[in-house]
Amino acid sequence: MKLTRAEVQRVARLARLRLTAGEESELTEQLDNILGYMDKLNQIDTANIELFSHASDVGNSNKALRDDKVTNQPDADALLANAPDRDATFFKVPKILE
Amino acid sequence: MNLAALTLHEASDRLRRREISSSELTEAVFARIADTDDKVHAYLTLAREDALAQAKQADERLKHDQAASPLLGIPLAVKDNFLTRGLRTTCASKILGDFMPPYDATTIGKLRNAGAVIVGKTNLDEFAMGSSAENSAFFPTRNPWNLERIPGGSSGGSAAAVSADQCIAALGTDTGGSIRQPAACCGVVGLKPTYGRVSRYGIIAFASSMDQVGPMTKDVRDAALLLQAIAGHDPADSTSAKRPVPNYAAELSQSVKGLRIGVSSEFFVDGMQQEVELAVNDAILKLETNGAKREYIMLPHTEFATAVYYIIATAEASSNLARYDGMRFGHRADAKDLTETYMISRDEGFGAEVKRRIMLGTYVLSAGYYDQYYLKAQRIRTLIKQDFDLAFNDCDVILTPTSPTTAFKIGEKIRDPLQMYLSDIYTISANLAGLPALSLPCGFDQENMPIGLQIIGKPFDESTVLRVAHAYEQATEWHKKKPKL
Repeated sequence: MKLTRAEVQRVARLARLRLTAGEESELTEQLDNILGYMDKLNQIDTANIELFSHASDVGNSNKALRDDKVTNQPDADALLANAPDRDATFFKVPKILE
Repeated sequence: MNLAALTLHEASDRLRRREISSSELTEAVFARIADTDDKVHAYLTLAREDALAQAKQADERLKHDQAASPLLGIPLAVKDNFLTRGLRTTCASKILGDFMPPYDATTIGKLRNAGAVIVGKTNLDEFAMGSSAENSAFFPTRNPWNLERIPGGSSGGSAAAVSADQCIAALGTDTGGSIRQPAACCGVVGLKPTYGRVSRYGIIAFASSMDQVGPMTKDVRDAALLLQAIAGHDPADSTSAKRPVPNYAAELSQSVKGLRIGVSSEFFVDGMQQEVELAVNDAILKLETNGAKREYIMLPHTEFATAVYYIIATAEASSNLARYDGMRFGHRADAKDLTETYMISRDEGFGAEVKRRIMLGTYVLSAGYYDQYYLKAQRIRTLIKQDFDLAFNDCDVILTPTSPTTAFKIGEKIRDPLQMYLSDIYTISANLAGLPALSLPCGFDQENMPIGLQIIGKPFDESTVLRVAHAYEQATEWHKKKPKL
């Protein structure tokens, strides 16, 4: 086993995912199996290999980013239309500070 | 003649000659959907009223706009991970609920400007994560060739809709094979362009270093026409390339004489269906008969591609999907505090495969594992890219099967994630290296399921990929076969 149940619980907290006990044990087994498969990468010595940066020439040829100019009109209603909860032109969210 | 069965170029020709109207064509497509979609389940949302209004406008434009795009008046289907203003977009996930996009993806805007008619949004694996369309939070799509089988994924709805004549052509997205594998499973043409060729702005992000938009069509000419309409630099996507877009259709009919076809033994592995191997070998012979030359090439790191891909793709996904927190849009659960609101909203909103990938991606990025998994994978990704750079010194395109098997049965692999991941073994290298790759039909197995041939090209050389595909298609009849529904 590469992966313990405690580690699955740690990762679920990092990912902000609630898991049931059943999901925890199923994921422990499945992720352990998948990580076992990933071990084949250790067959390759990568000490002198550079990290991949960009596919094709993207990023190298596009050095100039676009000007930081506003191109759209403000439309709070359109942006708030999908909000789970709102108050006038604000998103309403659960309390952050106790 | 069933108008819905027309290809894009056939329909466009008839529209221009005023033999048919876009309204008739659009009605025919909706009639076909009404007849068949209770079996296929390709669509998540239909936009009948808007589509008919767009068709009417197209008919007006067709009266006097002689220089119009070939897409003018053509009914198209769109995978439900493209943002479409005013048309529900779900990504086949409960976490988005009835999300109504406030803006269009750049590619959708291009379709609208060209006068295309948007029929509806097609089903997919939730967040484009899967190879079977079974991971949709709503329902699985079925393969029009055999309703007990998967249509492939993640663009399974778009592939099935094209195959079943429920649209004239469709758009999909491809992160590890999500256009090409379903195209192969459903017997249609699917093209993943070079990374950077087509804007990703307004596509719901899965793995941003590999996601790419592409056409899914009834033949190769249609793929060239649809690519033409969506390709090009977009200031809203800093990874889109500032390169001129060639005229893809103009170069289609050029001969393949003297063209070098790379064949790699690394792509003919244990576990592949024998009929797939035979069909792909026959396709290579057919192209040799047409004057192409076979070159044996080496891609020695191919066997590591699946492991590399599922580290990088899940790492990027875990980061991209952090935005689904229930605050500004999407599903929000009732909970006692903020952290619990996040955790329960995400638990209720995400399906099993999405959770699995978020967990795997979070794990490989977490302290203590980042070097061992994520950085290791990024170094081997460099080696995979270098393999292709070297191989393309000796050949112009590389031919492989699209998938090791034809479409498997619904339910067959859903309980075994690793086996499901291995269905992408031939397609993911092109995403890791950013290369253009196309799948087209090259035969059928004994159960009458379509087999796909994959053609991988050099960066930004979609023209040669399309030319080889067109030469093969002209020499065969596979693309003319239709499923009986």
